[in-house]
Amino acid sequence: MGIFKTLSFAAPELVLVIGAMALLITGVFAGNRSAKQIGNGCIALLLAAVLLVLFSPTAPTESLFDGAFRIDAFSTFAKVIIYLAAAIAILMSDQFFASEKLRRFEYPVLIVLAAFGMSMMVSATDLISLYMGIETQSLALYILAAFNRDSRRSTEAGLKYFVLGALSTCLLLYGASLIYGFTGSTSFEEIARIASAGGNNVGLIFGLVFLISGLAFKVSAAPFHMWTPDVYEGAPTPVTAFFAAAPKLAGMALFARVLVSSFPGSLDDWQPVIAMIAVASMAIGAFSAIPQSNIKRLMAYSSIGHMGYALIGLSAGTAQGVKSVLIYMAIYVVMTIGAFACILMMRRRGGMTENISDLSGLTKTNMPLAIILTVLLFSLAGVPPTAGFFGKWYVFFAAVDAELIWLAIVGVFASAVSAYYYLRIVWFMWFDEAAEPFERSPAPALQFAAWGSAILMFPVLTVFMGRLTEFAGRAAAALF
Amino acid sequence: MTAAQPWLSLLTFAPMIGAMFIVISRMMAKKNDDGVIAGPDLEQVERNARIIALAFTVGAFLISLGVFALYDSSLAGFQLVEEVAWLGGGISYKLGVDGISILFVLLTTFIMPICILASWDSIKSRVADYMIAFLILETLMIGVFCSLDLFLFYVFFEGSLIPMFLIIGVWGSKGTKEFAGITLPSRVYAALKFFLYTLIGSLLLLVAMAWMYAQAGTTDIVALQQTDFPAGAQKWLWLAFFASFAVKMPMWPVHTWLPDAHVQAPTAGSIVLAAILLKMGGYGFLRFSLPMFPLASADFAPFIYALSIIAIIYTSLVALAQEDMKKLIAYSSVAHMGFVTMGIFTGTKQGIEGGLFQMLSHGFISGALFLCVGVVYNRMHTREIAAYGGLVHRMPLYAFLFLFFTLANVGLPGTSGFIGEILALVGAFKVNSWIAFFAAFGLILSAAYALRLFRQVMYGALDKPALMTITDVDWRELLSLGALMAFALYLGVNPGPALDVFSPSVDLLMENYDAALAAGAVR
Repeated sequence: MGIFKTLSFAAPELVLVIGAMALLITGVFAGNRSAKQIGNGCIALLLAAVLLVLFSPTAPTESLFDGAFRIDAFSTFAKVIIYLAAAIAILMSDQFFASEKLRRFEYPVLIVLAAFGMSMMVSATDLISLYMGIETQSLALYILAAFNRDSRRSTEAGLKYFVLGALSTCLLLYGASLIYGFTGSTSFEEIARIASAGGNNVGLIFGLVFLISGLAFKVSAAPFHMWTPDVYEGAPTPVTAFFAAAPKLAGMALFARVLVSSFPGSLDDWQPVIAMIAVASMAIGAFSAIPQSNIKRLMAYSSIGHMGYALIGLSAGTAQGVKSVLIYMAIYVVMTIGAFACILMMRRRGGMTENISDLSGLTKTNMPLAIILTVLLFSLAGVPPTAGFFGKWYVFFAAVDAELIWLAIVGVFASAVSAYYYLRIVWFMWFDEAAEPFERSPAPALQFAAWGSAILMFPVLTVFMGRLTEFAGRAAAALF
Repeated sequence: MTAAQPWLSLLTFAPMIGAMFIVISRMMAKKNDDGVIAGPDLEQVERNARIIALAFTVGAFLISLGVFALYDSSLAGFQLVEEVAWLGGGISYKLGVDGISILFVLLTTFIMPICILASWDSIKSRVADYMIAFLILETLMIGVFCSLDLFLFYVFFEGSLIPMFLIIGVWGSKGTKEFAGITLPSRVYAALKFFLYTLIGSLLLLVAMAWMYAQAGTTDIVALQQTDFPAGAQKWLWLAFFASFAVKMPMWPVHTWLPDAHVQAPTAGSIVLAAILLKMGGYGFLRFSLPMFPLASADFAPFIYALSIIAIIYTSLVALAQEDMKKLIAYSSVAHMGFVTMGIFTGTKQGIEGGLFQMLSHGFISGALFLCVGVVYNRMHTREIAAYGGLVHRMPLYAFLFLFFTLANVGLPGTSGFIGEILALVGAFKVNSWIAFFAAFGLILSAAYALRLFRQVMYGALDKPALMTITDVDWRELLSLGALMAFALYLGVNPGPALDVFSPSVDLLMENYDAALAAGAVR
């Protein structure tokens, strides 16, 4: 394939990275005054990338760059959600950065670069491109975590994230080099061929476990979750909103692709590992969130728990399992964005409040926000008829289908425990005496994100869930 | 048998449309500078909410009568079936009714207007929200009884927790409770206990459902009833379903959420809980456990008998010791539900019909009893039995109604309570006379606690100063209680029509059940 033809297939990524560079240069010359325009430019880039992904003129499945980069229904599904989540993250940040006097043109550009990295991740079919994708994403995220550079909490979050992130990258690289050493190839396809031909190779298993550890860190699954609460709490809230959504989906998609397409024959080896990570994450997510009083910290533990549920689906190792992971993550991303839009609306006297008790009696002071948050919390808890329940149903079904009934039972009990802390917020909002009301001038973008996600969770997805499962099913089939 | 018109969908979602109207009326109301509706605008919104809620619950009742008119009670299978693709892969939106479910649908739509009337004046805060919660709850409850898809059933079944959780937590009574070292309002404690108990029970059902779906490739109830699950698996599936329905029912020993929830819930919440939500458990046993896992049902029947007898005798004794009127009635509900589970799992026609009839009759009677408690609670704001006495002197009409429902609760011949209990006992007697012997104690004990309640509240000297000015029932209460009384009396004197509706479906159920047992014995 000629170089131009190859590049034309990677058009969305090229648009993002070239556009981001151009906007960065513009920003350097125009200064922070242009932050707003650059933000809009970045949103336009992301939307253009979505269109390019959706209406790509190529065949549905295409391998580029000597098999390092693959475009298929799986990557398309993930990319559309990643780009949209990134665009909304930029949109939601505006009011916050304006009021905190933090508005800088680098923010949207970094988000676009992170989105580019994620898009590499979900398309990677080679250990090298996998590593490049992860690092591009992570470097952008390290800076974003410390974006409020004059705040101690924020810089601390950035530093912690960086040090622990570097450690996990080491694990990942070590695993990748072991795998390369034992198979002689970095391509997933080759690895799969050699691994299934060679039987049980201890060195390869070691490499796989290290690789899994590194990836578990990226999706903040226990026992590699320690950074999550601190980074979530310390980073500026719009950044946390971004952290909690798109990178998790990208990480999980990468996880699925690596395990399913390069180690399909070693299911018996990695299934118990993933299952144990899932159990640990669900347990940590369920029990550690209970005593939290800061809502960002609570969301951090909640996201650890949610990664556990998604990993249940992955541990099934079947097409049904991957499909359930995609459904779960898509719903999770929407819920999380909505929840953080609500958190960004928790403003009093020009500043942010982050305590759960600040939501007391919200139904008496701000009914619309309370309704949105209630729908999202029930969805996070996985109570029907909200979409969160459907996500849980598919992962539990995948586990049962793959004869991992014990894992599904652990999962349902974890979700019963975690229901308690979501209900606690509902209880504060509905049953308690009213606290001081929040400011009544939320930005339209936040309102849009919050309402949009709540309506998607119930009733839109409740009714049209069949469509999402259809897309996810097609995407999952691309890996098998 | 496919209906051309989606009557059941209309019935199911009619209350939700009412809820939307209330939302719209709220949104259109003028708001003050704080963004809150207040003053005369608020009164207008509340008035609208009450009227809309009443109109739509009555409307749903009328639609359900129409559905009943379309329903041919001489046939056994599902009727008015409608099916639309939903999640794909064998999970669809499918509704339909048969002889077992149609009367529960009618019970639901009949009880709801009474609930709205019972809340007319007694709910003073956040009236619009309250009515919305009730209308949504009605949609979910009707959905439970109409679903012909296990997955859809689960969505409605679990979804009904959300509005009930809010109803108990927001409009529940005052008071605090010490739990695990923290002090929290007791209504919050009750709401959380209700939600988490029921959730944990149901989640096992979810896993069982996933397994059945993996085996059968569909969650269609009709198809699942025809699926022959292996005997070993049936046991586990049965236990998972049991976990969910036993909590909902509630059966001893997982009944402890019920007294808390009943005591804390507002009057109408208690009525719905006792009259309809509890029936979902018994309905689930009949719809799923018995037809889908016949071998396991037969194996576990002694276990159910044991739990039922303990429930009947033990909770009756507990009821005898209560000092709170609502708690007493709540425990009596648990005891009466013991008859239902016992009857259902006898696997005899009398037993099953007795269980069904007992559920219907308990819907009227316990709903009415909670309404009766609500009448005096609205006037005196206490449920302590000791705070009352000699009410018959000031409230003769009320005393008459209360006496009727007390006796109906005891199972006096001529009331519907008698028919249900005697049928369930006959069914039990056919299986094992000892079961019937022990269960019959329940009748004696229920007379003891119910008459004690009546004597302490109604008779004696009217010497408490606070009671000197208490007024008799008003026309709204009279209307509700009178309607309930009419049904309890009619079904007690002439149970034929209701039994005729059950009969073909129960016969079909029995036929399949016996065939499955016979086949199981051969294997």
